[in-house]
Amino acid sequence: MNHFPQAWGRPRDDVYGSYDHSHFQTNGPNQHTQSPIVTGTSVVAAKFKDGVVIAADNLASYGSLARFTDVKRLRKFNDQVVVGFGGDVSDMQYLDRLLLSLDIRENYSSTENPLNAKNLHTYLAKVMYKRRSDFNPLWNHLLIAGLDGEDKPFLASADLLGTTFSSPTLATGFGGHLAQPILRKLLPDEASVERVSEEQAVEVVKECMKVLFYRDARSMDKYSIAVIKKDGVELKEDEKLENQSWAFAERIRGYGTQTA
Amino acid sequence: MTSIGTGYDLSNSVFSPDGRNFQVEYAVKAVENGGTAVGIRCKDGIVLALEKLVTSKLLKPGANKRIATVDRNIGVVSSGLLPDGRHFVSRARDEAAQWRQLYKAPIPTSALANRMGSYVQAYTLYSSVRPFGVTAIIGGWDSEAELPVDGQVGSGPKVGAGGKKDGAKHSGPSLYMIEPSGLYWGYYGAATGKGRQIAKSELEKLNLADGQLSLEEGVKEAARIIYVAHDDNKDKEFELELTWISSLDGPTKGRHEEVPKELKEEAERLAKKALEGEDDDEEEEKMEE
Repeated sequence: MNHFPQAWGRPRDDVYGSYDHSHFQTNGPNQHTQSPIVTGTSVVAAKFKDGVVIAADNLASYGSLARFTDVKRLRKFNDQVVVGFGGDVSDMQYLDRLLLSLDIRENYSSTENPLNAKNLHTYLAKVMYKRRSDFNPLWNHLLIAGLDGEDKPFLASADLLGTTFSSPTLATGFGGHLAQPILRKLLPDEASVERVSEEQAVEVVKECMKVLFYRDARSMDKYSIAVIKKDGVELKEDEKLENQSWAFAERIRGYGTQTA
Repeated sequence: MTSIGTGYDLSNSVFSPDGRNFQVEYAVKAVENGGTAVGIRCKDGIVLALEKLVTSKLLKPGANKRIATVDRNIGVVSSGLLPDGRHFVSRARDEAAQWRQLYKAPIPTSALANRMGSYVQAYTLYSSVRPFGVTAIIGGWDSEAELPVDGQVGSGPKVGAGGKKDGAKHSGPSLYMIEPSGLYWGYYGAATGKGRQIAKSELEKLNLADGQLSLEEGVKEAARIIYVAHDDNKDKEFELELTWISSLDGPTKGRHEEVPKELKEEAERLAKKALEGEDDDEEEEKMEE
């Protein structure tokens, strides 16, 4: 024992040699998430005159491996709001629990004015922005679908950077490239929303899910779809793509063992 | 009281030579002056009822609710010092939230009662605090569904046991009452506050242990008991507060909610009618005499 308290409890230098401090140091600065691990692909959504329709497939991929095939990526928050999650699945689970605790606290007092889609979008966008400002982002792209305070259709997105965006049609991930053009044919602008019926909107979203399954290698033919209207949320979590036609595949050249 | 002046009641956590803790007993006295609170454990749910004494005509009717929700499936009603009751509820909510953080599932009612019992009891141990001036009734429905873990996204393996036990059942209604000493028991029917004696004898008549009383009947009985236990001579005005928790396939879908307006009004109407009936009987008896 010596008179240097900082050395007490440590291996004695005279016996073990001086301590190699490099063992105690990480190389470089702290690192948070640098890339997502288990991921969900596109979420697509479209407004129509009385509400919003939103869909996402039930796949969670581990890299290119189709790892989990029964993952529900649409979450009903209450009778007015559904959130669709693209991106990291564990971060989605974290957000799911966050929303659950929010809902529990929300229901402690009267439920006369429940949180609407607009409120929830503001909240989630702030959560996402806070986390990216901490350099510790939640690796998701969210679509928040439902009704705003005046019972009008509401659809907006919030992503891992905290960016927000609103449009009559929205799609995350690959959907942004493959589904949006199809959706925009039906819904080119805000004014067109009034002319689109629920059936039309559901049909075009299902069509998008099909195109995404054709062309997105991280997608699957089982999906969830939700319709949010004034009278509540209709959420179906075990849908299957119908009327697939792979005829177009014959004309694709340049892959595998094809010679011509 | 013979204890006055002996000095054993001046500090919390001090025993008297005959083994009593006077501060706790005084806390019980505070409860005995509060509005009557009742909890009934029915076969398919829980009913909580409260006689909320109106302290001022300037208070908005129907506002300032006193029966509180903890998590989604548990209700707490207390009698005694109101701020103590609010603190009790706040702690219960924290406990429920903390349980969810740790176990990713809702807190069972029995576990909440246990934790709150420990919390209340801790306030009998130290001279720096005073005991809770409330007796609280905790009622909850533990879900019969196979609970998903919070944040769960898939449904797990389709073959093999997957750690699940077939036929295991931990669900149903439960009712606990916690006293200022921290003592708590599970009850079929619980009552506290001013009218507890009358309320208890009325509850005993319902044969709750048989498990035959339905939730809707329970609501009506609870309303009636609050009306019967109300002392017209001492307190003029009161508001009835009624909440309930049913099974997942019942009217509240496993949540703690206020009893809907129509049913509550019906229950109040029947309660008043039952009271008038009683008065008539008394008058008739007098006439016969």
